[in-house]
Amino acid sequence: MDIFLLEAVIEGILLGGVLALLALGLNLIFGVIDVVWIAYVELVMCGMYAVYWLYAYYGVPLAIAVVAAIVLVALLGLLVHLLIIEPVLGYAPINQLLATGGLLFFLQSFATLLFGTDFRNVGIHLAPLELGEIDVSKARLLAFAAALVGAGALYLFLTRSFLGTAIRAIAQDRDIMGLMGVNARRIYFTTSAIGGGLAGLAACLLVLQYDVHPFIGNSFGPITFMICVLGGLGNMIGGFIAAFIMSQIISIGGYYFSIEFSYVLAFLLFIVMIFVRPQGIFGR
Amino acid sequence: MRAAFTPVRLAAAAALILLALLPLVASDYVLHIAIQILIWGSIYTAWSMMGRFGLTSFGHGAFLGTGAYAPALLWNYYGITPWLGIPAAMLLAMLLGVLIGYPSFRLRVVGHYFALVTLALSQVVLLSLIAAREITGGSLGMTLTVVHSWLALQFAEKRTYYGLALVLWLIALAAWRWIDTGIGRVALEAISEDETAAASIGIDIMREKLRVTMLSAALTALGGALLTQYIQYVNPEVVSGVAVSLQIVFAAIAGGMHTVLGPTVGALFTIVLNEGLRILFGTHFIGAANTIYGILLILFIIFMPQGIVGLIEGISARAIRGADATAGAPAARA
Repeated sequence: MDIFLLEAVIEGILLGGVLALLALGLNLIFGVIDVVWIAYVELVMCGMYAVYWLYAYYGVPLAIAVVAAIVLVALLGLLVHLLIIEPVLGYAPINQLLATGGLLFFLQSFATLLFGTDFRNVGIHLAPLELGEIDVSKARLLAFAAALVGAGALYLFLTRSFLGTAIRAIAQDRDIMGLMGVNARRIYFTTSAIGGGLAGLAACLLVLQYDVHPFIGNSFGPITFMICVLGGLGNMIGGFIAAFIMSQIISIGGYYFSIEFSYVLAFLLFIVMIFVRPQGIFGR
Repeated sequence: MRAAFTPVRLAAAAALILLALLPLVASDYVLHIAIQILIWGSIYTAWSMMGRFGLTSFGHGAFLGTGAYAPALLWNYYGITPWLGIPAAMLLAMLLGVLIGYPSFRLRVVGHYFALVTLALSQVVLLSLIAAREITGGSLGMTLTVVHSWLALQFAEKRTYYGLALVLWLIALAAWRWIDTGIGRVALEAISEDETAAASIGIDIMREKLRVTMLSAALTALGGALLTQYIQYVNPEVVSGVAVSLQIVFAAIAGGMHTVLGPTVGALFTIVLNEGLRILFGTHFIGAANTIYGILLILFIIFMPQGIVGLIEGISARAIRGADATAGAPAARA
């Protein structure tokens, strides 16, 4: 096997970790609240700015900056639910999609207003890890590991804790849960905060690899939605696996053709898959 | 015989004459704004043809991009006149519409899923345009080779563009009316409420849906083409990015997609608002205008899901009903 192709495959796996984390957060919110947050990746952008300002500008230690960013984006998730999602809960799905679309406009423009359109880098450069002849980016390796830990923690929370069980239950049957004495409103807020927290974690991992700018969400947003649908909207395990399939297509396609063309392939695959298996690859 | 001079028709004729006379009095700046309102109004009208029947496309950027790029590329590289390039682009957009529409309608891909499939289509167009950077200039965009002539469909005078934009807008309104008054509307309304029932009374669902999709795609492409002829520059993000596709959906909904002038009101509202905010904040606060715009959009969706025109109609309908109630039997509900 070609050494560069092998490198592309490894890059793909590492990229998949972060995409999987994003897909998990979005799927959790969709599965429980039944609303697609089209501005989800814009929350990641906010988290990236938080790390940038705290760490690179104000010199806050990285660990504190990371925790602060996660908490901040989790709070933002709460706020989004309170101000935007709750008022439109009874609306047609397409209007819900549009309300979060308005949020996308708002966050992108507000970031432009506050920070300008400059590309900003946190200035952490990790030397690549040399495995024989292959160079592996440490930032990506770290992101991959942290994404797996985050996904694992979410899995444990959802399966082992009472609140997690309630969240899973409400995702299965929204109406009956009220009768069982579960406060749906509280569950929705918890879910939004966890979804925000996952976006915050993803932000901390992405900021090590990419420059922050107000429109960074445009490069990750669409592909994240495609991944969620491919895995079956609301199906967290499906989304997790689909993230790795998509990231391999992007990475290997980028190796053979160009990065844009590999994204074109990924989107075409998505369109075909919607027609062949609309319930997602892993849907029942 | 139907009355030829109803008050509505007289008002429409008067408004049209005023619009046709606008270039005689308006400054270049006002004309520039008017041209944009007319072109975007046409594009929003084209979108709402699908949107009002539950075909919520998040990917009209695909058709807009096709219309903006195909004639420009043919002109710049082969010297082929836009008079041929634009129809070719419209056909291509219709083909794209069928390619995405036919399987979607056949397999009943609706709601979120239809929105995401069309979004994916616009991403395919966007990224293909960027990937073909040797021809299209990639993200940097492309400038049209400028020759002022009718053959090149480029003009030195803004008023000529204004005339063309006005014609485009009238075509879009006529197409909207055509769908609205024909069997298409009854059929599509039946479909968007209950497909199975509609099919059981003999409506060819597939044909009706494909018809609006193709018409909408072709008109959007035509709008994109005229926009490029006017601005003489085209950029993939501007015509096919996620933002423009969302903007089309918002403006159409903000104006109200269930009336013929709704989408145009949406264009008027969003463009005037944008200009106003831009003047108010100047260029020192890049993003300020769009920040307020974003907030307004959220408020619109939450508080006025029927749009501006829908709200006005709702209020006037309530006023009429209220007047009827007081004139009629006041004790009926007591």
